[in-house]
Amino acid sequence: MAQITASVFTSHVPAIGAALDLGKDKEPYWQPLFKGYEYSKQWMKENTPDVIFLVYNDHATAFSLEMIPTFAIGCADSFRPADEGYGARPVPVVQGHPELAAHIAQSVIQQDFDLTIVNKMDVDHGLTVPLSLMCGQPQAWPCPVIPFAVNVVQYPVPSGRRCYNLGKAIRNAIVSYDEPLNVHIWGTGGMSHQLQGPRAGLINAEWDNKFLDRLIADPDDLANVPHIEYVREAGSEGIELVMWLIARGAMSDSFGGPPPSVKHRFFHVPASNTAVGHLILENNQ
Amino acid sequence: MPLEKPYLDVPGTTIFDADQSRRGYHLNQFCMSLMKAANRERFKANERAYLDEWPMTEEQKLAVLARDLNRCIGLGGNIYFLAKIGATDGKSFQQMAGSMTGMTEEEYRNMMLSGGRSANGNRYVGEDGDAQAHRQPQGAAGKAGQPQGAAGLNSAKAV
Repeated sequence: MAQITASVFTSHVPAIGAALDLGKDKEPYWQPLFKGYEYSKQWMKENTPDVIFLVYNDHATAFSLEMIPTFAIGCADSFRPADEGYGARPVPVVQGHPELAAHIAQSVIQQDFDLTIVNKMDVDHGLTVPLSLMCGQPQAWPCPVIPFAVNVVQYPVPSGRRCYNLGKAIRNAIVSYDEPLNVHIWGTGGMSHQLQGPRAGLINAEWDNKFLDRLIADPDDLANVPHIEYVREAGSEGIELVMWLIARGAMSDSFGGPPPSVKHRFFHVPASNTAVGHLILENNQ
Repeated sequence: MPLEKPYLDVPGTTIFDADQSRRGYHLNQFCMSLMKAANRERFKANERAYLDEWPMTEEQKLAVLARDLNRCIGLGGNIYFLAKIGATDGKSFQQMAGSMTGMTEEEYRNMMLSGGRSANGNRYVGEDGDAQAHRQPQGAAGKAGQPQGAAGLNSAKAV
């Protein structure tokens, strides 16, 4: 049977991708940020999974206002990096895992989460920046990826509680897959940031670090935080953090297992307009 | 019964909800069209003519031509869609975000380097933080008495 061995959490700021693509990652502005991911790249090499289930949000790239799915699972063979207006990022095409994705779609929908099945989709920085941070700049990504897009652009976005419960449903789906695959689940976006209005540039390092503490130690309680607290404390775009609860809900301790080990924790301000947070949690069974 | 909107008292912030989305549908779809290189070229060649192909309001078109992102947001624009205009102009997300505060690029960048804008005083309308309406525009633009960008939001919010 397939199993989830680890979860990874990281911000997915577009400027990080641009810094890498334009060779600016050695500049003093970016050095502290990339230093925080050195451990992660090594960990990724030593713990390469068979599949990454990558929770992210589309930023008005694949989904315009014509259709706004709350939860969309990518079931295609492959996904091209999108042209977000600057030209596509020069990163590898993302290979999917259609068999596992189809299995998860069927199982999760039967657990009462209405997923939208997507068979053709370009993926934006929300998905490719986390891959770049964790894998560097390879010719091909180290394993297949199942993109899972969550609407956090048009309000109302799904609640933290719903995301946490969805993570549990995704775990049920993955561990019922016959093939013995090693799966990572990643939650991306955040941390505190606001990109609009006179309040643009809001950062709340204290709130962010409490969020990290609670995500590690008491995610079930963290899932109770209402949207308005994210907006007030972490900025209007800080709401992306609800996606981290999907990945966290898929860990063993949500099912009575032992708590995960914290392999790595990193926090840095700023990357462009945003506070960057990062965690690697390993399951202990 | 009107829907509950607990987010209307966050200063300097417009939540892109279903009402805003309906108001801004054509504006945002125009932005979306700039994802294609050929459309970016056509827009740059004659902005007004390109905008006239879209059933946007005159107010929305003028806000785009003026690159007044606060006004665009007030009229139903969403920042992730509006970012396509910035990309077409070769602007970074930081330049776009900064333009809505009234700060110069350097001022905004320095604010971020020193830890960003504090939430203190900026959680509820009526406090005294730097994102509050009575303190706009911020930075040198404000001191020079040249209301731009940020001033647009308050009138836009009244729409």
